[in-house]
Amino acid sequence: MTAVLQTEQLSLRFGGVDALSDVSLQIAESSLHAIIGPNGAGKTSLFNCLTGYYRPTGGAVRFRGSDVTRLDPAKVAGLGIRRTFQNIRVFPKMSVIENVLAGGHLRATPNLLSIIASGPRFRKVERQLREEAMESLDFVGLADQWSNLAGDLPYGMRKRMELARALIANPVVVLLDEPAAGVSSVEREELSRVIQRIHSRGICVVMIEHDVDLVMEVATDVTVLDNGRVIAEGAPHDVRSNPDVIRAYMGRERK
Amino acid sequence: MVVSGTMPPLTPSAGVGFRIARRSLVGVLLIAAVLFPEFTQSPYVLGVAFQAEMLMCLALGLNIVVGYAGMLDLGFAAFFAIGAYTTGILSTKEHWSIIATIVPGVAVAVVCALIIGFPTLRLRSDYLAVVTLGFGEIIQTIAINLNQTGGPTGIYAIPMLTIGSVVVGSNTGYYYVFLVLVVAFALFSTRLRNSRLGRAWLCIREDEDAAKAMGINTNHYKLYAYVFGAVVGSITGAIYAPALSAISPASFGFSESLLIVMAVAIGGLGSIWGAMFGAAVVEIFPEVFRSFAQARLLVFGIALVVLMVVRPRGLFPERAFHGLGARVRARLARRSAERSLPVLGDMAES
Repeated sequence: MTAVLQTEQLSLRFGGVDALSDVSLQIAESSLHAIIGPNGAGKTSLFNCLTGYYRPTGGAVRFRGSDVTRLDPAKVAGLGIRRTFQNIRVFPKMSVIENVLAGGHLRATPNLLSIIASGPRFRKVERQLREEAMESLDFVGLADQWSNLAGDLPYGMRKRMELARALIANPVVVLLDEPAAGVSSVEREELSRVIQRIHSRGICVVMIEHDVDLVMEVATDVTVLDNGRVIAEGAPHDVRSNPDVIRAYMGRERK
Repeated sequence: MVVSGTMPPLTPSAGVGFRIARRSLVGVLLIAAVLFPEFTQSPYVLGVAFQAEMLMCLALGLNIVVGYAGMLDLGFAAFFAIGAYTTGILSTKEHWSIIATIVPGVAVAVVCALIIGFPTLRLRSDYLAVVTLGFGEIIQTIAINLNQTGGPTGIYAIPMLTIGSVVVGSNTGYYYVFLVLVVAFALFSTRLRNSRLGRAWLCIREDEDAAKAMGINTNHYKLYAYVFGAVVGSITGAIYAPALSAISPASFGFSESLLIVMAVAIGGLGSIWGAMFGAAVVEIFPEVFRSFAQARLLVFGIALVVLMVVRPRGLFPERAFHGLGARVRARLARRSAERSLPVLGDMAES
């Protein structure tokens, strides 16, 4: 089993606080890897290190074996590592389809002459991209919303739009930061299906999630973080019964 | 899939009927603009008209920077000045034809945009506003102090614009030249807006960090916006110089920059129609209020304040017509529902 994304003794320090210490983690090709842990465990910090938003103070991030630790977020995205955000980041005054097209930025033609002349190549690429954007929207069940402003969508739909925006880039890995947080139980079902379908397309999914039921349902691997350290990893059911994990979530037993 | 038969049109709000309506509106406006000089012989009216067109060009340029990329630029007149001065100097001292001076003017403007933009465009909006404000002041100060630029009196006796064998020497002539420029810049802006460049700029304006997650190199794209603005500004300046036949530093100060920002803000940030309409308002209003004599700027100021309170997003905001068809249909449906309600009531009573 080869790792598509891995970290080696990753550490991140803010002033005197160790957000991450010695996190070594392997994310296997075509896995659905969940990262769980109590609030403040460093999960989102880990995501930010993986996607270039934070520069780790030590250690390395490798993507398919090559060092990507010091790349900026745009370069990381260009490699096919796409993410969503915990506090959803849509482009509110752009339409839904334009949000998705923005996700396909690197696939659109940069040829300025072709753009200004509205040349055949530009038209062809744009048409193709639009078709794919509609397919991605259809995939997450938002095809009928394409012309609305993203800022007008309700919360759950924004979350799904963020997924469509990541998918149009034909990513290798998608990192989902709490995809099920704050969504209704009906939407949670829908979301769980979408995540599994993304995974079944052969895209590696890494997700931070608090909803343990969802994790048990969909994940192939689980890593548990607490206080910036990996305290357990393995298959979902092994992790669930791990005493360290129970302690991290429930607190220490009194003697 | 729903996709294959009916592809989403380029402007997402547009249905087919909408597009036809919009195209015919553009056609009517263009014909009106072309015929306009036929209805007035007054050089004064035509003078105001071509100055309004000139401001439209500048507003279209600034709209790329402020409206699309969301970078507040308070020194845009600097690029206008660079274009005008390059043309002024080369045509009077080196006897270049006006058309030929456009290229070096644009080149100087682009180089300046890169020099100023490269280190500073990483800044967030407020700081950027201060830097660009400073740049505008520097360019004006240079123009005042340099011998080559004619000092405070500027450059005069700039030769007339000649295109092929046609000499453009009247206000009517410049009216048409600027009309061509306005149309060209509007088309240019539309094309950019509907490409990955436009989308990237809007993403940066909306949420710069999320834009990076799309793979957008935000620093590069901000620089592109600034450079495109500089190109539009300097071309406009190059035609402005022969149109007035004399230029002086006073025309390129902070007040000019502010006027352009005002035009874009009044029209609606990011909207091409808005930029043009806003420029027309900014140029023509003070002329209309000439009867108020000294109070005209005061009246204009009050009108602006009222406008910004009543329509904070501008006269023609982005996607002003978004969902118009859907809104009309919803209203019609509501109305027919209201009409059918009493019928239901009758049935309930009987």
